[in-house]
Amino acid sequence: MLWIAIRMLTGDAQKFYGLLFGIAFSTLLITQQLTIFVNLIERGASGVYNAPEAEIWVMDPVSRTTDVNYAMPSTALDEVRSVPGVEWAVPHLRAAASVRTSAGDLEGVAIIGVDDATLIGLPERLLEGDKSILSRPDSVIIDDGGVVNLFENGEEPIGQRLELNDQRAVIRGIADSIPSFTSQVTLYTKYSQALNFVPGTRNRLTFVLAGVSEGLSAEDVAARIEQQTGLKAETRQEFADAGVSFIVENTGIPTNFGITVVLGFVVGVAIVGLTFSLFIRDNIKQFGALKAIGVTNAKIVSMVGAQAALVGTVGYALGVIGTVVFIYAFSGNPFFKGFYIPWQIPLISLVSVIIILAMTGFIALRSVLNTEPAAVFR
Amino acid sequence: MSGMETSGKPMDTSAIGGCAPDAAICARGIVRDFESGQTTIRVLHGIDTDIKPGEMTYVVGESGSGKTTLISIMCGILWPTEGEVKVFGTDIYSLSDTELVNFRLNNIGFIFQQYNLIPSIDAAANAAVPLIAQGMDIHEAREKAKVLLEKLNIADQADKLPSQLSGGQQQRVAIARALVHEPRLVVCDEPTAALDANSGRRVMDLLREVAVAEDRACIIVTHDNRIFDLADRILVLEDGEVTHDGTEMPDDH
Ligand SMILES: Nc1ncnc2c1ncn2[C@@H]1O[C@H](COP(=O)(O)OP(=O)(O)OP(=O)(O)O)[C@@H](O)[C@H]1O
Ligand SMILES: [Mg+2]
Repeated sequence: MLWIAIRMLTGDAQKFYGLLFGIAFSTLLITQQLTIFVNLIERGASGVYNAPEAEIWVMDPVSRTTDVNYAMPSTALDEVRSVPGVEWAVPHLRAAASVRTSAGDLEGVAIIGVDDATLIGLPERLLEGDKSILSRPDSVIIDDGGVVNLFENGEEPIGQRLELNDQRAVIRGIADSIPSFTSQVTLYTKYSQALNFVPGTRNRLTFVLAGVSEGLSAEDVAARIEQQTGLKAETRQEFADAGVSFIVENTGIPTNFGITVVLGFVVGVAIVGLTFSLFIRDNIKQFGALKAIGVTNAKIVSMVGAQAALVGTVGYALGVIGTVVFIYAFSGNPFFKGFYIPWQIPLISLVSVIIILAMTGFIALRSVLNTEPAAVFR
Repeated sequence: MSGMETSGKPMDTSAIGGCAPDAAICARGIVRDFESGQTTIRVLHGIDTDIKPGEMTYVVGESGSGKTTLISIMCGILWPTEGEVKVFGTDIYSLSDTELVNFRLNNIGFIFQQYNLIPSIDAAANAAVPLIAQGMDIHEAREKAKVLLEKLNIADQADKLPSQLSGGQQQRVAIARALVHEPRLVVCDEPTAALDANSGRRVMDLLREVAVAEDRACIIVTHDNRIFDLADRILVLEDGEVTHDGTEMPDDH
């Protein structure tokens, strides 16, 4: 009987494709939007991820994220170093600056000053150049996303001179880094060099990055730093989470994506519900005949269940494949750099598909089950 | 209980209103009411009748007289308000829902006026539906159905979809479907209404040939006076009561 059920469904090509479209569309919308959402809010932690060596981030108590920060007096560095369990501690500067490009445009950039001696604070990998070039005067390393933003015409960035807050800077390397939430151009340089680029204010130590002695947990050492220095100290994971939470709390992003996801669900329910009901209504005479001939309600339920399962499986697969193709197609775009689909997301859309089909299938089924077999003689 | 049964062979109590032991259908005191808004309409007023095996019984009567209601009750798809129906000795309305469904599947063949074939499967598969529902392998069921399609002279249409068949051919597929599982009772409501005179007659001839046998019965509801002469017995219903029961139509019709 399941064979008959499947043939009934696939034989009605229009409705079959309508149902597939509804499910695939819902899956695509839900999966794709959730994927973009998760990857986007994770950008709130990109500053943390781009400095992989730092086990603890120490900052002024009012600082919240790598980008929402308040500088500390330079004495903080020695205070942190004197805390037992701190293996090493280095200065880290993050500041905003303006850059005048050779084309004459003005662009806001983020300056990141990393420890002169150890270069801790730089992204792990460079796409071009070598970390050692930072010892040459006026050197900066640009992030790969920034290359696209700053050199829209595809000029070779290496060797380009920039006017950075009226100081001369020369690009000598390209970093392989995760773009920031705002996709702002980021320039890495030595801490001492960064101080030249960002003149003025008295306090210019934004963070102290610290490492933990062997055998100690980052949580314990961070707690000790806080206790001893009165500064805020967060582990890598805590600070990454703080960056994500900041985006979630301070932007309309969750609402916007939430609305789209709900819309995907509602559109799915509408398309699938309508089509399914139409399909059942068109076939109600056939179902009635089957009931009269001697097909039990339980078998009818399994028939409609098989129809829903077919539509669900194929539609869902199409939707997920669509999302993968979408992400893949845009993988060259710096906005989508590093995008991945966390396993929870396909699971969420699968559950949504099941709910959509269970709801609409149940409604459609009710009319079949309520059909009296005697109705076939009318 | 009307059928007084002793141990061993059931006693023939038909003379005093009981069921004949060999009756295909024995209906006693069939009443059926329909709710229509606030009021209750009585459509059948206590019908007693026996359908004998080996006969083609016609149920005729004016529109609204209760023909469809009566045969629906007699074949186990509509519960009577009152009364009892035995089909080959089984009191069908004392069965559980599932038992009744399975009883129909194994004992009754249906021919509907509108055929109700499944549009997306071919003629052979449509004819094989009762076998498939019984759990037979699709391939085997189709082969069995093809044998019957052969008998009904449409073997060459076996692989066609219902939409590619003429009305008469579709009706023959429906007949094949009603007979493929060799039911003992075949019930038809207006089987020729959608056919022209020639096809109607041919279809009924075929039905007679394959559906009527010693241990089988066939009930046909019809308006179609062109085929009355094929009946072994004619029941006339008027306003929910049997007003004529004989081998010929009454003269005043
Ligand atoms: N489900 C129902 N609900 C309410 N009334 C019904 C229902 N089924 C039948 N009736 C009524 O019962 C009466 C007999 O109907 P039935 O279908 O048995 O007549 P019929 O003799 O088969 O007529 P026709 O020749 O037009 O098919 C009619 O008055 C009809 O309106
Ligand atoms: Mg009728």
